[in-house]
Amino acid sequence: MKKAALILDDNTRFNGYSFGAEHPASGEVVFNTAMTGYTESLTDPSYAGQIAVLTFPLIGNYGVPGKLFWESEHIHPEALIVGDYSESFSHWNAVESLGEWLKRENIPGITGIDTRALTKRLRESGVMLGKIEIEGADNTLSPVDYGSENYVEKVSCREVIQYNEGKSKRVVLVDCGVKANIIRCLIKRGLEVIRVPWDYDFKELEYDGVLVSNGPGNPDRCQATVENIRRAMHDEKPVFGICMGHQLLAKAGGASIYKLKYGHRSHNQPVRMVGTDRCFITSQNHGYAVDNKTLGTDWETLFENMNDGSNEGIRHRCKPWFSVQFHPEAAAGPTDTEFLFDEFVKLL
Amino acid sequence: MKRCNIKKVLLLGSGALKIGEGGEFDYSGSQALKALKEEGIETVLVNPNIATVQTSEGIADNIYFLPVTPYFVERVIAKERPDGILLSFGGQTALNCGVEIYKSGVLERYGIEVLGTSVQAIIDTEDREKFIRRLNEIGVKTIRSHAVESTAQAHEAANELGYPVIVRAAYALGGLGSGFCNNGMELDSLCEKAFSFSPQILVEKSLKGWKEIEYEVVRDSYDNCITVCNMENFDPLGIHTGESIVVAPSQTLSNSEYHKLRELSIRVVRHIGIVGECNVQYALDPESEDYRVIEVNARLSRSSALASKATGYPLAFVAAKLGLGYGLFELKNSVTKSTSAFFEPALDYVVCKIPRWDLGKFHGVERELGSSMKSVGEVMAIGRTFEEAIQKGLRMIGQGMHGFVENKELVIADIDKSLWEPTDKRIFVISKAMCAGYTVEQIHILTKIDKWFLYKLQNIMDTSIELHSITDLQSLPECLLRKAKRQGFSDFQIARAIGFDDDTEQAALKVRNYRKAMGVVPVVSQIDTLAAEYPAQTNYLYLTYNGVESDVRKSEDHRSVVVLGSGAYRIGSSVEFDWCGVQALNTIRKEGYRGVMINYNPETVSTDYDICDRLYFDELTFERVMDILDVESPRGVILSTGGQIPNNLALRLDSQRVHILGTNAASIDNAEDRDKFSAMLDRIGVDQPEWKALTSMKEIDTFIDKVGFPVLVRPSYVLSGAAMNVCSNYDELERFLKLAVSVSKEHPVVVSRFIEDAKEVEMDAVAQNGEIITYAISEHVEFAGVHSGDATIQFPPQKTYIETMRRIKCISRKIAKELSISGPFNIQYLARENEIKVIECNLRASRSFPFVSKILKLNLIELATRIMLGKKVERPAKNLFDLDYVGIKASQFSFNRLQNADPVLGVDMASTGEVGCIGDDTQSAILKAMLSVGYRVPAKNILLSTGNTKQKADMLPAVRLLQDRGYTLFATGGTSRYLAENGIKNTFVYWPSEGLQPQALDMLHERKIDLVVNIPKNLSAGELDNGYRIRRAAVDLNIPLITNARLASAFINAFCNMSIERLAIKSWAEYGNDNNL
Repeated sequence: MKKAALILDDNTRFNGYSFGAEHPASGEVVFNTAMTGYTESLTDPSYAGQIAVLTFPLIGNYGVPGKLFWESEHIHPEALIVGDYSESFSHWNAVESLGEWLKRENIPGITGIDTRALTKRLRESGVMLGKIEIEGADNTLSPVDYGSENYVEKVSCREVIQYNEGKSKRVVLVDCGVKANIIRCLIKRGLEVIRVPWDYDFKELEYDGVLVSNGPGNPDRCQATVENIRRAMHDEKPVFGICMGHQLLAKAGGASIYKLKYGHRSHNQPVRMVGTDRCFITSQNHGYAVDNKTLGTDWETLFENMNDGSNEGIRHRCKPWFSVQFHPEAAAGPTDTEFLFDEFVKLL
Repeated sequence: MKRCNIKKVLLLGSGALKIGEGGEFDYSGSQALKALKEEGIETVLVNPNIATVQTSEGIADNIYFLPVTPYFVERVIAKERPDGILLSFGGQTALNCGVEIYKSGVLERYGIEVLGTSVQAIIDTEDREKFIRRLNEIGVKTIRSHAVESTAQAHEAANELGYPVIVRAAYALGGLGSGFCNNGMELDSLCEKAFSFSPQILVEKSLKGWKEIEYEVVRDSYDNCITVCNMENFDPLGIHTGESIVVAPSQTLSNSEYHKLRELSIRVVRHIGIVGECNVQYALDPESEDYRVIEVNARLSRSSALASKATGYPLAFVAAKLGLGYGLFELKNSVTKSTSAFFEPALDYVVCKIPRWDLGKFHGVERELGSSMKSVGEVMAIGRTFEEAIQKGLRMIGQGMHGFVENKELVIADIDKSLWEPTDKRIFVISKAMCAGYTVEQIHILTKIDKWFLYKLQNIMDTSIELHSITDLQSLPECLLRKAKRQGFSDFQIARAIGFDDDTEQAALKVRNYRKAMGVVPVVSQIDTLAAEYPAQTNYLYLTYNGVESDVRKSEDHRSVVVLGSGAYRIGSSVEFDWCGVQALNTIRKEGYRGVMINYNPETVSTDYDICDRLYFDELTFERVMDILDVESPRGVILSTGGQIPNNLALRLDSQRVHILGTNAASIDNAEDRDKFSAMLDRIGVDQPEWKALTSMKEIDTFIDKVGFPVLVRPSYVLSGAAMNVCSNYDELERFLKLAVSVSKEHPVVVSRFIEDAKEVEMDAVAQNGEIITYAISEHVEFAGVHSGDATIQFPPQKTYIETMRRIKCISRKIAKELSISGPFNIQYLARENEIKVIECNLRASRSFPFVSKILKLNLIELATRIMLGKKVERPAKNLFDLDYVGIKASQFSFNRLQNADPVLGVDMASTGEVGCIGDDTQSAILKAMLSVGYRVPAKNILLSTGNTKQKADMLPAVRLLQDRGYTLFATGGTSRYLAENGIKNTFVYWPSEGLQPQALDMLHERKIDLVVNIPKNLSAGELDNGYRIRRAAVDLNIPLITNARLASAFINAFCNMSIERLAIKSWAEYGNDNNL
């Protein structure tokens, strides 16, 4: 294996070995504390522009399954950083090793990194940019600015795609970088899904509700989506937002967004439904959050994070609009909040 | 919110440690009691296990050393009138007792609320039929049997279930007529056989080779659920999870499988209505996502203790709080102290649990692993690679192994068979197979172990091969050295692989210095429950080579004191040393130092991160202890509270200038080394039984000519199970030496004169600079010949001459002075008439320290620790002659778990646990203690075989007492005649070998016997076989059995003279309160 290194913006260097594509990469370095689900995470479009660090060290154990099990068509992070990559894998549905897959998708991977030390650095200094250098490769790269890039545009579908046609209820799915399991969750509930590009003006379509999906990067880059949501709200159609979709709905409702120090990326984020004793373990992957203080009086907090009190969901006091910061569709992660799709269906 | 009507709570403990119910329940119970105390709730504890931490001062408010049985628990309830009861912290013992007192209406009668999971929910999980029905209601699959009465029906069932299937003959014992069928033809032939045993057969889907997965689930009364941890067995289904290597978190499950089973666990737990903690076990198809729920444990368990230690999430503590009505959202994560307890820990390491067996201690036991548990303890190893964790773990089990490779060559006749039929050695058979060129694929086919685990083991093997190609240390490249260390190789393994053959210990030290010079040192990592997402406020630590930065700083202030723990529980070293370690830590902290613990046993309280300032959950090897001392630079190290493992490190640590607190290393060596110790006794004029280390049969004969039979033989190299034996004639001696022991120059045997009918007396004491500060003398009920760990011990002694005690004190003083002991020590004596001989001396706390400390109400370890810290201590005013009550320590055996093992006691220890009970007199203390270890007062019929002439005579008064009390006596050959001659009415029964009626065995099988007294006369083959069959049948049929004449007499005297109803229900605190003489 070739030597490789991750160099953070503060010049901290972590040395390891390359097990993926052998070219340099750069991106925002973020850590995820989940213990399973690297296939799902890597194919989650929300990771676009980022270098994903997995805190759980033993990675690659069960190989990689066929596309059917992915969350999108491709790997999205710029690179993957792990502690102890396992080239030998064992699983009934695996078709190749993680390393082979990364190479095929042209994504660098580094193993042998003390991901705990790296995570502590990110926790203390906040997320930062980083680059990957591979021994013997040409390691020159043009600089990136994660916050100003429109990643949503890069990962959203280019044209309208229809699923499950002919069902009695139709949902417009605004694709900001949607995970396949959101689509599966809608289809499973007997809905027709019209998947539209992130900036598609869907007001001419006939539909019963809107789902604004998850997606990568800075929500301020998605003003077009916010405008479209406002138009749907004008028609008083049900709106359900997930992750980026949550932030965009909040923006449409007048709230503002801020960037968290190091985000929430894990399968164990506890949230509480405000005003109740109901708590849920959720899967999360976000770096920005809705600022509770800026919520309009027509809106209320639906869920809050039990660790740091940050906003995890909002709903309109009388209109059928709600959204959550976490991932009710799971994949990867716990499935406790999948019932929110049922709540959405009830509104249609 | 907490409920305010609960002011006083009763907690049931699990009693003596036994196979299947180990130290984990001391940990669970202690945590629960701590949680209750925090709430200001008064606590009452019933647990006769006196060696536990939970039965120590300050943990529970009222402690009853009484049997955890419905009768005694009801009496405690009547006296204490608690508002609530906790049933799920004391294992199956507490749960069963709780269900019984619920069913009999006791709880309702006294208005006691069951806190946490309701009894009905418990019953739903315990009753197989109900359990299947309940899970069926929510569409969760279980393992179900189809009972069929014809071959055609069997086919129907098999087709429905899908092949392969298991066929079992119903109502047939011992698996007769059972087997696997892969297709209809095999089913035909097996049905024919099975129907010849039984009119009904059971057809089950075979899940052989399926993965075994567990989830630990927590639910509060608001219906909030989390799964704290999942675990995967290294061994596939078919081996009891207590017998399996277990990893956490699961390693071979994809996200979809992980969360499918997680979701099912939560669904099950909600449906059953658990409040608190629960364990769900699954079988998972390795070829699809098909699954079955194997069982649900609606209580804290071995797995939950392991999960707590593996994740840092204190399950028992939280479960107790939930039982009081709290919601998870109201509790904090006790590691970060800032985030919520409603969360699921994220690990950034892998843990590996490995069971510890002691099968070599038992005669005739089956070594094959299967669906019943035989292991006596376990270890947990933490690493950031699987290789690192498993190699650490294999060293931790303490059976002479150095890891997965570089061990002493294992002799395996048939590797294929040994892979296919797992024994306690299986993992080493895999190592051997890899050495012999077996591929991962081949081993997988034979073992069904997931290939991922085998690939990882292969990595270790490959590195070993690479190391073997290096010929000297200087040519060992840094990258290979680092790789080996990251895969958990010890310095010793590296030294051996490179080929330092002669003195590997010295060579290991060279490797250590070499790597330290290169900067190859481990880092210290924290277990923080959130994979570094939030900072941890506790210091729960492990060492790893897979890291570049430590989470903790080196301490430089020399204000810490390191205590070495006792490692895996095993026969001979158990919860008593956990108690000692915890007491030492408490004292260290009370004296203003930081307490640091090193230990790796997940069943203990000493590995609770709350108990010390820094907990290193890591190896107790010389290498690792030195690594930790490099980080800690402590004021000193305490070796004397952790049993033999730390003691054995004394000389090597001393040679590295480690400051050992208390008695110095040279003195420890002088007591441990038989030659040196013996010479010292001669020098100071103290008597000992004659002994010699001998290297040939001729020398042995000469020695025996001098001392005569019987002799005690202690081999240094054991071939088969037997480790130590008493031989009473040449036949026995020859048989033992030929079959079990090899005698040679390299492997001398120690032969000593065995003194018959001698009393064994123990001295537990604490000394300061060679002067005894306080002591406790106790006596064995049995004569010498029963291992002190198996003996029934009385304290204070009631039948030892004052003269004997005086002499023992005097000799102990001499020894303490000569060895200039500072700290705890124990000397074992033989006493016949007033002639006193020293058997052995340990310069450390002994097994009986918690027992005598609690009876005396004087914490000997606290005193010893203060001495070791160099504090001035006063000679305590208390002494054993002032006590107006007595304590009895009785042993718990687990022979019922050890198929075919002969349940007879000898010079080698066989018990797995103990209890200690207090009475106003010997009889009541004996009766409480014997009932606590599972004996029952016989209703009517007693079967007697009372050994040789002398033993028969010794037992006569007790047998006469039985007759007077109206018991019906049955006796075998000689015993029957002897009793008749002495005017005692009895019914003669035949020995098994005689085959005639009335037959002893039949009487046992027909449950006509309530107590068996079977004293082996000697070791002759026929005697052993007949006696063995009776003893074994008694154990298998759960009929109380006593095999020692002195103990039998004591027990008979107790239950004949004292009725259970007259036993005082007094708490520990109530004894010795009236100080008027």
